Amino acid sequence: MMRKMLDGNGAVAEAMRLAKIQVVSAYPITPQSPISERLADFVADGSLNAKYIRVESEHTAMACAIGAQLTGVRAGTATSSVGLALMHEVIGVAAGCRVPIVMPIVNRALVSPWSLWCDHQDAMAVRDSGWLQFYVENAQEVLDMTLMAYHIAEDQRVQLPAMVCLDGFFLSHMTDVVIVPDQETVDCFLPPFKTHNLYLDPNDPMFINDLTPPDDFTEMRFQQQDAFDKALKVIPEIMDKFTVMFGREHFMVEPYCCEDAEAVLITMGSMSGTAKHTVDQLRKEGKKVGMIKILSFRPFPVDLLRQYLAKVPRIGVLDRSASLGAESGPLSIEVRAALIREKDQQDIFSFIGGLGGRDVPPETMEKAFNLLLADKPLRNTVWVDVKENALNIREVIV
Amino acid sequence: MLQMNTTAKGLVAHGISTCIGCGLELAARVILDVLGKNTVIVIPPGCAALFSGYGKETVTAIPGIQSNLGNVAAYAAGIRAGFEVQGRHDINVLGFAGDGATVDIGIQALSGALERGDKIIYICYDNEAYMNTGIQGSGSTPPHAWTTTTPAGKTARRKNMVEIVKAHSIPYVATASVGYVDDLRKKVENAKVSGGPAYIHVHSPCPPGWGFETDKTIQLARLAVQTRSWILCEIVDGVTKLTHPVPKPKGVEEYLQTQKRFGELSPEELTAIQEEVDKEYNKLLKHL
Repeated sequence: MMRKMLDGNGAVAEAMRLAKIQVVSAYPITPQSPISERLADFVADGSLNAKYIRVESEHTAMACAIGAQLTGVRAGTATSSVGLALMHEVIGVAAGCRVPIVMPIVNRALVSPWSLWCDHQDAMAVRDSGWLQFYVENAQEVLDMTLMAYHIAEDQRVQLPAMVCLDGFFLSHMTDVVIVPDQETVDCFLPPFKTHNLYLDPNDPMFINDLTPPDDFTEMRFQQQDAFDKALKVIPEIMDKFTVMFGREHFMVEPYCCEDAEAVLITMGSMSGTAKHTVDQLRKEGKKVGMIKILSFRPFPVDLLRQYLAKVPRIGVLDRSASLGAESGPLSIEVRAALIREKDQQDIFSFIGGLGGRDVPPETMEKAFNLLLADKPLRNTVWVDVKENALNIREVIV
Repeated sequence: MLQMNTTAKGLVAHGISTCIGCGLELAARVILDVLGKNTVIVIPPGCAALFSGYGKETVTAIPGIQSNLGNVAAYAAGIRAGFEVQGRHDINVLGFAGDGATVDIGIQALSGALERGDKIIYICYDNEAYMNTGIQGSGSTPPHAWTTTTPAGKTARRKNMVEIVKAHSIPYVATASVGYVDDLRKKVENAKVSGGPAYIHVHSPCPPGWGFETDKTIQLARLAVQTRSWILCEIVDGVTKLTHPVPKPKGVEEYLQTQKRFGELSPEELTAIQEEVDKEYNKLLKHL
């Protein structure tokens, strides 16, 4: 075990090295590039015994990772924003062929307009692609969750690929003290990689991913859904095992000051830390508020949310992405669907904020909490940090 | 599920067929026969996906994966890397794709693999259009050819894929034709031992796509070579050599006018095509 000063990208690279990935296929993109560079350094200095494929696109990066992993080794890649968008048709193959690749996503807005900075639109755009999705809060959680993601994804009951989503710049480039476990302990925690069901080996030939008739397709999709259902049980098991071995706790859903709360705000990713801080501040002022951090977005922990929010009268969801044309943001839509009750009349409010790199400071959180506490109906989704003159910037004529 | 009562002679199941008279099927059987059992194949959606199988029915006795259309070489590179890090250097990794998946949508992934020197064998069977989707024009469709997306005949030239691949300075590049199976066989063998990356571009006539009788495939493939419309060559470590020189070529008309896709070519058009064919052949001769 070592304490190291690492940013989120550094923590990712350490975790991938500890997981002993044997093939790296990486393509640089802001703000993921330091991961590609760090892994190249590890391969060059011999601390990671892997072949580094300097691919010419993210589309190829994912195809290489799938191909390599089907031969029986862990393969690593990472991406961001439009890189993930370019990968789209290939990530479906990883999911459908049940290749449990772990891929860090350094969250960045999707074009257009061009932005280099954080929001969750890139990962949200692939939320139905059959990948597990974990949104982490800080650099330590980046490392821990990446290690756990290998274990979860490769569990025979799961066999699904996993995205570890870390906020661009806010996590990827923010340096923090990170406890890096030693290799021996990680080797005890994480079983060696073995292919299951599908593999490429001339000694036992099979053809993977051929055309599938309507007679089988539904069942194969259902198998994937079944794996997500099972992951709901496997994830806490592996998180518990992690706690026993490493002493740190992580939760699929983490409630903070929710027991007696009159209003609770739900967040994901790095802004969860700010939300906790804001709760502390408002509690000092006597306001009964709480927050919930959702770490596991896929599978979506419906039962846990129902349990934690059962007695909360006013619930807010702060989305860091938009679902344009929909009633609210993607996370909010999921929370609303999870909490539908026949009798209860819980109010669920939707906020959108922190897009394209806009910081979500305590003031923004406070504004959301105050709107929740105001006991006034909020019918529409509130873009909580949008400027008043939004329709006038760049002289848009409407 | 179809139960076969006899054993296939090669690595491709019998009873599996592409369209009647298809050149691709011959190529596939020959290529796998030469590469042998210790091979993994990557096939994109396209005509060759008939060799991927359907549902529980598979076709090849070797392992394989159906890739996306534009990343055959990428899957192959990843598979190769996976075997290499496990010390399994003796396994051939074959990308087997049509012209659309090679010269159009897959050219980037292929170029990347060639540039990196990934030790894969890539074989393009060129039937000169997107045949599996119903005869749409590709970057390899020749000028004047009718396709459903070039209804008045293609006005642009075709990509010279062999020159593009050659520019990557890989150990082995060759053209081949289903009309010259022994030549193809030899080239696949050479590609196998070249160390890779190796690239072979196989000319493969398509009866429904080109509009000719299904018993004329080999004859037409040979006419393409005999008229110098398709040149059989091999580029080993940058040195080009003709593997089937055509000192006395037939006129291009003989090749073109047996195919409905070229319609009625005017004498001017035929002259222009002939000039182009002669120019390309002479250009290649200068490389020798």
